[in-house]
Amino acid sequence: MTTEINNSSLDRTVEYSKQASRATAKRLFRFFIRRLILLIITIVIGVYVTIIIANMGGYVDTILKATIREEVNMMVTEMHAKTPMADNVRKSMVEREVAIRERLAGLDQPFIRRSFTHLKNALTLNFGRARFMVSDHGSRFVRNIILERLPATLLLMGTSQLLLFAVSLFLALVLSRHYGSFWDKIVVALSPTSSIPPWFYGIFFILFFAAGLKILPFGGMVDAPPPPTKLGYFLSVLRHMILPALSLFISSLMISIYSWRTFFLIYSSEDYVDTAKAKGLSPRAIERRYILRPTLPNIITSFALMLVGIWTGATLTETVFLWPGLGTTIFEAVNRYDTAVIVGTTIIQAYLLGITVFLLDFLYAIVDPRVKLGGGK
Amino acid sequence: MKQLKDSFRDIARYPSAIVGMIIVLTLIFFSFYTIWKIPYDEAIKMWRASESVVYKNPKNARPTWVNLFRKDKLPVSVDVVAGEDDVFTKESKPRSSGGNLIKFVYTFDFDYNEFPQDIFVYFTSNYQAKNPFVSINLLTPSGENIKITDTGISKNQNFRFEQDEDLRTRLKRLHRGNQPDTTMQGIFTKLGSDPFEVDKGTYELTIQATTFEEGSDVNAELIIHGKVFGFFGTDHLRRDLKVAMMWGAPIALAFGLTAALGTAFITMFISAIGTWFGGWFDELIQRITEVNMVLPYFSILIMVGTFYSRSIWTLLLVTIILNIFSASIKSQRAIFLQVKESTYIEAAIAYGASDVRIVTRYMIPRVIPMIIPGLVSAVPSYVFLEASLALLGLGDPSIPTWGKVINDARTFGAHYQGMYYWILQPAVFLMITGLGFALLGFALDRIFNPRLRGM
Repeated sequence: MTTEINNSSLDRTVEYSKQASRATAKRLFRFFIRRLILLIITIVIGVYVTIIIANMGGYVDTILKATIREEVNMMVTEMHAKTPMADNVRKSMVEREVAIRERLAGLDQPFIRRSFTHLKNALTLNFGRARFMVSDHGSRFVRNIILERLPATLLLMGTSQLLLFAVSLFLALVLSRHYGSFWDKIVVALSPTSSIPPWFYGIFFILFFAAGLKILPFGGMVDAPPPPTKLGYFLSVLRHMILPALSLFISSLMISIYSWRTFFLIYSSEDYVDTAKAKGLSPRAIERRYILRPTLPNIITSFALMLVGIWTGATLTETVFLWPGLGTTIFEAVNRYDTAVIVGTTIIQAYLLGITVFLLDFLYAIVDPRVKLGGGK
Repeated sequence: MKQLKDSFRDIARYPSAIVGMIIVLTLIFFSFYTIWKIPYDEAIKMWRASESVVYKNPKNARPTWVNLFRKDKLPVSVDVVAGEDDVFTKESKPRSSGGNLIKFVYTFDFDYNEFPQDIFVYFTSNYQAKNPFVSINLLTPSGENIKITDTGISKNQNFRFEQDEDLRTRLKRLHRGNQPDTTMQGIFTKLGSDPFEVDKGTYELTIQATTFEEGSDVNAELIIHGKVFGFFGTDHLRRDLKVAMMWGAPIALAFGLTAALGTAFITMFISAIGTWFGGWFDELIQRITEVNMVLPYFSILIMVGTFYSRSIWTLLLVTIILNIFSASIKSQRAIFLQVKESTYIEAAIAYGASDVRIVTRYMIPRVIPMIIPGLVSAVPSYVFLEASLALLGLGDPSIPTWGKVINDARTFGAHYQGMYYWILQPAVFLMITGLGFALLGFALDRIFNPRLRGM
């Protein structure tokens, strides 16, 4: 008799929790759709602002015009190869065709209308042709140049940031347990060193490990010539990645340990932590459920801000280490005055930032009980 | 006044704050000293490196302090004008047939294992029709007398040892089988030694000048381009790095402080007004902040630097504009929302204070102490931002900064050629500046933020 009652009540509980989780999933889904739409609007506006800034001196117009002219030239040259024609005929043909295509591209429109044309091009990653730079596969399309460089940046950033996140979270927890210890004081004392950007550490690392000790390469991503085997290639990339990843890692390490440790300390002085201690819960359980859990949204927010900030440092770090990513691309483009590549890279970075913000929002929503329970905003 | 005293006492409790404060104050003092010592126009002229300014400087010379750490000392640079110093004497005797016989003697010790880059003598003379004639001889410690040159000179004549082909041929002949690579090596090694053995000891350089007219005179300036020069060394364009090292300080401070102050205060005003009036204005600020988060601000700065202007002040302005709507506007908004609910604001409304009065007299003063730590901590990021732009080659072309020196050093291969001083000096300056402000900012944060007290 008693078992029956128990069973049915158990069923009911299971049923309730199923309903609850379904409702949670629905709410999460709705939250994401809303965030996604907002974010897309944000990115569109961000890209538009970038376009406006770039085109204030008519630079984007010039890129588009140059691209059109080159296409027409190629077309006419091809025609000329098949059926030869007189020089003046060819020239006038080019001019006519260029004029038609420019009108088609909306280049005769007023500034505002034109900026929307550029916006459309930018959103579809249609950045035109580079003037001087060529992708490793020989393409002159800015899109190809950028997409070819993107994996290198993502590899470097991903590795260093995940490492940073994991290590500093772990160390911060350990330190908050040993508040006031020697190592805790060391971290507090060293946290101002994070005001020094990663490329700066990079310069010192190069001086020390590459120029001085000669044990690690000065820069680049693989040995030249690249090792033939897959394993050899992997190891070579790893060896080249040590210094740049270390610079990115070291430059943010102290500040992130410091700020998270401080968060943990603030939260561990809350009354409910004392209650948990009084209940006799193990320190690990207290840490996990009562300290880490409520600070997670804060941690993610600060991580998001750090990530956004680190993109700046990454450009220079790549340049210093000649890491063939987006940062080095923009550096080369500046030196060779390749406007199309500069604008293209800037827009890609706006995308990357937008995606970063969205992913972190996603994480935030998962760990933030307010979103889960449907209360608040 | 008492409040000020209290906060100073608070600061004094943190050793890191004291260190930071000392660094910041020293930097400010150093900046003013620089502006007074090398006025801006002069610094720009020295940095533009025209031949008339930098001829006395050797190329890529290390700073003199490296000799303190070396067992094997590097030859120092010398610049002496005849007659002004005891080591370079000038004696003039009238000749019976009119004109003068002038004898210059320069004695110097040489006990280095490396050779100077070059030696030159700058002659200045006055005459009507007939050029004076000079002959230069060098007496080495082992007693050899090397004839350097016999030549007639014009009113401004420059004799460079390394560029004289006759001297080189003569030295090759004197050294017999073993051919010296440079004239300096030929001069400062024992004649005929194989392998080359440095001839250490006292050298005596004698210049005999003969003039052929009444009242005609010759003067000489001797310049030795050593391997070390000045306290900071020189770069690839023979520029004295002292100019950039010293002027780097006021520029970094001006850039960092203006950017930090400008951003912080504009942000504060905007968020104060936004929270006070609320509604669509507040909403607008929030949306702008979100868009601004997505803007790749460093790339935009690069774009502005490449397309429009490399002037440091334009970039400063753009930096401030792009940083106004940063994450700090959100945290300030949270503080202002709390302040807005305080009873004293209610009292202000009750007595009929205007919006402007409430925002400027009641809300903003409450928040200023809270933004100061952030402001101070933000200075290093702007100082390094200027260096970052310079590293990309977007530094202001006319102004010497630390970042530009690092950029030059990297471009001209300081890493590979072991010219570490070129990178390390500006790097250390940047680091000290960054750390000074960061130390102070961290300490202020703990003082002004009660939740962090004692943590």
